[in-house]
Amino acid sequence: MSLDWNAFTPTTALAGGALIGVAAAVFVLFNGRIAGVSGVLGGLLKPVKGDLGWRIAFILGLVAAPLAYALFASVPEPRIDAGWGDLVIAGLLVGIGTRYGSGCTSGHGVCGLSRLSPRSLVATIAFMGAGFATVVVVRHLIGA
Amino acid sequence: MPILTSLLAGLVFGFGLILSGMANPAKVLGFLDLAGRWDPSLALVMAGAVGVGLLAFAIARRRTASFLGLPMRLPTARHIDGRLVGGSLLFGIGWGLAGFCPGPALAALGMGQVKAAIFVGAMLAGMGVFELLERRAAPSTAKA
Repeated sequence: MSLDWNAFTPTTALAGGALIGVAAAVFVLFNGRIAGVSGVLGGLLKPVKGDLGWRIAFILGLVAAPLAYALFASVPEPRIDAGWGDLVIAGLLVGIGTRYGSGCTSGHGVCGLSRLSPRSLVATIAFMGAGFATVVVVRHLIGA
Repeated sequence: MPILTSLLAGLVFGFGLILSGMANPAKVLGFLDLAGRWDPSLALVMAGAVGVGLLAFAIARRRTASFLGLPMRLPTARHIDGRLVGGSLLFGIGWGLAGFCPGPALAALGMGQVKAAIFVGAMLAGMGVFELLERRAAPSTAKA
């Protein structure tokens, strides 16, 4: 391993992370809910009366964020190297996996670790470990 | 009011994802690629988010109702089982394949990225598969 100092962006990473923390804080302190994106989204597929508005609002906010962000600064263009086939497989795995695992990077990672939940710590170690392993296999073993 | 705070939380969450670089799959994969030239930025995103989150959940834990008077719905599940670990592993593999987890994929969708739309479509399909399998496993008592 070598560090990629040119790609390292500590200031925006910390500031952006803090904003994510603020969002999770607003959501739990005002709505009494966990800001877990897979849970909020997945709940829309099993509609319960009176339970849809806040879910749709949260997702809308997330999707509209780039538009609002553009009012203050230019939105950096994301680079998506994965091809269509990989995107479909990855999407299916993320959809099924986050629902069986009851959470993703936000629900288990940000909120769960903030709650000091052992269950979320285990989940976070599992998905981070699988993420590291997958990239090593794809980039260095298969794609070399 | 809960709808407004929910929308706000989603927006701020999205701002954080964009500013931090999480909404850029190439940056995420640069973090997950431990064997290559490693970009540690996303560790700081997590640190920033959990730093704020710790404070928020310390307050939330002591309350039974939110600032808006809504019930405080913090997770009660504590068991660590195959569903949690297996689901999280599947999620991690998908994350490592494309560099997208649920939140950033939705934010990138808002940037008009076609590839993000493909990923989100597949992710929703995956969540749908989960719902179908759950319904088949327990037709009368669908689990929350």
